[in-house]
Amino acid sequence: MKAAIVGSGNIGTDLLYKLLRSQALEPRWMVGIDPASEGLRRAASLGLEVSVDGAEWLLRQDELPDIVFEATSAAVHRANAPRYAEAGVRAVDLTPAAIGPYVVPPVNLGEHQDAPNINLITCGGQATIPMVHAVSRVVPVSYAEIVASVASVSAGPGTRANIDEFTRTTSRGIEAIGGAAKGKAIIVLNPADPPMIMRDTIFCAIPEDVDPDPITDSIARMETDIRSYVPGFRLLREPQYDAGRVAIFVEVAGAGDFLPEYAGNLDIMTAAATKVGEEIARAAAPESAVDRHVTA
Amino acid sequence: MQQRPSLRLTDTSLRDGSHHKRHQFTAEDVRSIVAALDSAGVPVIEVTHGDGLGGSSFNYGFSHTPEQELIKVAVETATQAKIAVLMLPGVGVKDDILVSQDNGASIVRIATHCTEADVSVQHFALARDRGLETVGFLMMAHSQPPEALARQARIMADAGCQCVYVVDSAGALVLEQVSERVEALVAELGSDAQVGFHGHENLGLSVANSVAAARAGAKQIDGSVRGFGAGAGNTPLEAFVGVCDKLGFETGVDFFKIVDAAEDVVRPVMPDECLLDRMALMMGYAGVYSSFLKHAYTQAQRYGVSGAQILVRAGERKLVGGQEDQLIDIALELSREEVR
Repeated sequence: MKAAIVGSGNIGTDLLYKLLRSQALEPRWMVGIDPASEGLRRAASLGLEVSVDGAEWLLRQDELPDIVFEATSAAVHRANAPRYAEAGVRAVDLTPAAIGPYVVPPVNLGEHQDAPNINLITCGGQATIPMVHAVSRVVPVSYAEIVASVASVSAGPGTRANIDEFTRTTSRGIEAIGGAAKGKAIIVLNPADPPMIMRDTIFCAIPEDVDPDPITDSIARMETDIRSYVPGFRLLREPQYDAGRVAIFVEVAGAGDFLPEYAGNLDIMTAAATKVGEEIARAAAPESAVDRHVTA
Repeated sequence: MQQRPSLRLTDTSLRDGSHHKRHQFTAEDVRSIVAALDSAGVPVIEVTHGDGLGGSSFNYGFSHTPEQELIKVAVETATQAKIAVLMLPGVGVKDDILVSQDNGASIVRIATHCTEADVSVQHFALARDRGLETVGFLMMAHSQPPEALARQARIMADAGCQCVYVVDSAGALVLEQVSERVEALVAELGSDAQVGFHGHENLGLSVANSVAAARAGAKQIDGSVRGFGAGAGNTPLEAFVGVCDKLGFETGVDFFKIVDAAEDVVRPVMPDECLLDRMALMMGYAGVYSSFLKHAYTQAQRYGVSGAQILVRAGERKLVGGQEDQLIDIALELSREEVR
């Protein structure tokens, strides 16, 4: 499946390396707006067609991509999304624009494989919502709360200017995809040097008298599912049970493709995008044998 | 006759004290404290969950009474004092500010870690647009040199902040370290914004540090009556008022009335006194966020490890305000080490 990356910043460039490893996706184009972009330079040297004229240039070409990965900003994606739809190009949205349905691959990708536009919520959402789901598929979760700690240097200007968007979007995802009746998200930026690897804590309110073992087991299974496409994801501790609450502690180290290891928050977005693209390609071409393997 | 220099004081016992009270303030607590402080002439009273708007959570502790109800009670009770609220971007959101304003709060204080001021830009813009008075908090100010702090203060001032505070969240700053930071901010901000200081008692220096700040050009000073706050407590406001009387700073607060308020009204609401004990000293010495104190106690008890060790390790890990969840991880790490 022919793929294009729109946006040549950190996320777009990290995604480029993951797509190049994919058996199912063929990255052919990368577009941006900055002539000095390191990402575009690298893409060109790796054999992609590049342009600084953005999505408009991309959609003017004789040959169009089957799928586009948008790594720009919510505002840019809002403008581009109708154009992709008109051109019949599927879109995987890594911005908080949230035009298409929210997808967290190990939870609900199967439901939305045919959607023309898929949204990946937030980095903190990708790391934590599966764990809320792991609990809520065993016992009712009346409230779930996540605390995402990320290295300051891995939080870009977009995140900083719109930090409310992170908390609101992640909270909605905890409810809609995680299965909690009510969700809350907290994000903390930590400037420690050397930079800290992304950490997330997931608190779920559960009935007081439940057997913890099936919950712990469900959490472990979810860890395995996530690790299949985010190898740097791991449970830091055994889940902790206190009166009416389970606490889950995770760490997300990046694969170090373009971004450093500490930027697990960005890696989990590009890994999720790659996973979504692979599954869409598989659904579109059921005849061809597509390698399930995503990231090394 | 030469006019005495004036300082504007903000009492934060109903916000930073929320940590010591484990966020269990009732409407009656707020009514009685606001009435007493208002009548003593305290010009600004901050009322919010200890971790700011939206702080009621597993991570920080759930509020006994929703903070917006407490804000309403405070606004109804005050006759001259303005009611302020605190918000931390990443915990609270813009809507929380708007609801607080609807409930009568007139000052919003927006707090970030002292290297992350740019996350507050959207909130200052909203607050000024809605006609709220704005204050900016650069938390854990001990962790950055004066020039770096001044650059962050500039970001807040340009975003619409009217007074940037040097916030000694860990109670780790010592005298000249306060003056140098306040002077750097005054030099950077000029007439664009005032400078304030928020102290903690973890090394026993909060009043002296506040004097150093005032002499270096700070125009607004925070304290909590009876020290009712996080860690070893905040700058005891009644003591600072007395010191200001003697040094010739005009505060507009009646010393005898605020001393009575501290003893007769505030102390009975406190679960116990805020003490300069081993745990609090660790925070000042290791540079640890003061509101970690109660959480460290809780996890030490839960996992049978040393609370002081939890705090020391929090300092080693360079945790910042908001990472209370990581104290559980540290306690588990310590308990595992002990088993070995």
